[in-house]
Amino acid sequence: MATKNKKKKEKEIFALGNEAVVEGALLAGCNFYAGYPITPSTEIAEEMARRLPLLEEGVFIQMEDEIASLGSVIGASLAGRKAMTATSGPGFSLMQEHIGYACITETPLVLVNVMRAGPSTGMPTSPAQGDVQQARWGTHGDHPIIVLSAGDVQECLEMTVTAFNFSEKYRTPVILLLDEVTAHTREKITIPDPSDLYIYSRLLPSMPPEWYLPFEDNMRGVSAMPPLGSGYRYHVTGLTHDDHGYPTSKPREVESFINRIFRKIDQFFYDIQIVEEIYCQDATSCIIAYGSVGRSAELAVQMARDQGEKAGLLKLKTLFPFPRPAVEKMLRQCASVLVPEMNMGQISREVKRVNSGQSKVNTLNRIDGQIITPAEILKKLLKG
Amino acid sequence: MAKVTQLIHNYLRHTKKFPHVFCPGCGHGIVLGSLIRSVHAQGLSKDEIVLVAGIGCSGRIPVYVDFNTVHTTHGRALTFATGIKMANPELKVIVVMGDGDAMSIGGNHLIHAARRNIGLTTLVLNNHIYGMTGGQSSSTTPFGCYSTTTPFGQMEKEFDISEITKACGANFVARATVMQANLMDRLISTALTNPGFNMVEVITPCHTQFGRKNKYKTTVDMYKWLKKNAVPIEKYRDLSPEKQRDAVSTGVFTHNDCAGLEQKYIQMRQRIRGEI
Repeated sequence: MATKNKKKKEKEIFALGNEAVVEGALLAGCNFYAGYPITPSTEIAEEMARRLPLLEEGVFIQMEDEIASLGSVIGASLAGRKAMTATSGPGFSLMQEHIGYACITETPLVLVNVMRAGPSTGMPTSPAQGDVQQARWGTHGDHPIIVLSAGDVQECLEMTVTAFNFSEKYRTPVILLLDEVTAHTREKITIPDPSDLYIYSRLLPSMPPEWYLPFEDNMRGVSAMPPLGSGYRYHVTGLTHDDHGYPTSKPREVESFINRIFRKIDQFFYDIQIVEEIYCQDATSCIIAYGSVGRSAELAVQMARDQGEKAGLLKLKTLFPFPRPAVEKMLRQCASVLVPEMNMGQISREVKRVNSGQSKVNTLNRIDGQIITPAEILKKLLKG
Repeated sequence: MAKVTQLIHNYLRHTKKFPHVFCPGCGHGIVLGSLIRSVHAQGLSKDEIVLVAGIGCSGRIPVYVDFNTVHTTHGRALTFATGIKMANPELKVIVVMGDGDAMSIGGNHLIHAARRNIGLTTLVLNNHIYGMTGGQSSSTTPFGCYSTTTPFGQMEKEFDISEITKACGANFVARATVMQANLMDRLISTALTNPGFNMVEVITPCHTQFGRKNKYKTTVDMYKWLKKNAVPIEKYRDLSPEKQRDAVSTGVFTHNDCAGLEQKYIQMRQRIRGEI
């Protein structure tokens, strides 16, 4: 209420990126975590193991592997919890099958993947951004998914809250990509007052159980989701199903189901697209970056501006669905665009896809387990 | 309508289109019947039961019954069930798996669920074969038996699901064959009410995929074999090794009543919250 002048309960702490994820998750109402230790995401599990039992209903469980971790997260979410897990590289590969299951059963959950240098065991303590396309297309079959990224510790907190909100709002798994540098950077962050945050929880059915259809289409494409055991008995299956949840292979039912799960994400694209524009207004050359590289790029743009170069930075916080309108705008505006990333070109590929000859797309790739420095980006940027 | 059939009809989904997927002579329906009778006998409500299953013929069981039902991925039913039980310990979580699910692809989850002693009721429908995919050998296909992937006879030794689960620390482990309906009812009833991890392994015939390749001319021959060779576990222990090979030990392997993981977790949470 406006008349009540309540004192804000903001708090400043000195935290790791991984710890900020936990703070964000708890603010968003997460009360279930299942995971398996893996560098460099382990601090998330450790912090959750300390914090969750202090909540009235909090549950932390260490599972036998990553497959089991995501399995029990889905189970807990079906039982009505806001649930999450965190992993890295090899663990993320193991989780792919259950990401698909969460997509088709429309189960909300948050999966944090702290990217480390790969492939395979790779370099466990070195940063990379090699899992971007895997996050989009890793599980088999055509499926919609939301992939977010965070580049500094404050963003880790904010994007975790956003990830939970999106997952609950659209009944979908949300993948949050960090990289090793972001996860292991320790800096001062502000924990917002909970009353300042917009927290979304899944829609519960308002109709009597006998009228309830668990996978019914509506304007939003997202139906209400009661927890297991609440009187709304329905069938959950990884098979393609009709609006009752019963398996079907009738072409008409299958087509409308798959179209709906795509539509529920696509039609709210402008709600999901999160980008940050820095000096973009009058830019003639632009950097498109995400994750910890976005941070280096920010300094590089500053340095370029100091030298009189009209540079801008488009920081992507939503990676998928790909923020095409924001990227297209910069491609139209700038003669050249630079996409620096710690992989062989997974987002620059997307940028080139939407470019259609409007601008020159330059890339800067590093795959040696080292971060991309502002000086490197500046050098490449000035070259045009 | 017979009284038993009427009872079972009360638990079936009438919005689901039948017929079911099971072959003539399949034992899975007998197990489902027994499960429904046990649920009824224990006075459990449909709302409090969550029936979780994996992939395969056994995975198709949940869709027909009017509980909260979850049909999961291959071999991972126990991981989903673990999440559900930890998230809401009030629910009665029943897991139905086949031998491929429970002991082959999901063996890791079975031994860990038993070790954790989490409060689940698990039914393993062991037909010694991958039925749905067309009769490939599983980790419980007996030595020397034929399947489409062991056309010259199985060369590997098979798993004994009940002995393994017992060794991993489950509270209640028992085995029955589908020919022992009364024993099965009793065992499943116990598994439904006992705390901690409870498993009932049911030996169920698959004539379509296993019997035909292994010299059982008809389904009836398989049922007759089961009837003849089922031996109570107490008697089984006294048999000679040769006779043990042909026998199926049935009955209760172990029975404890330690608190389940979810109960211990609640206690831990109360303890640390009290201390702070």
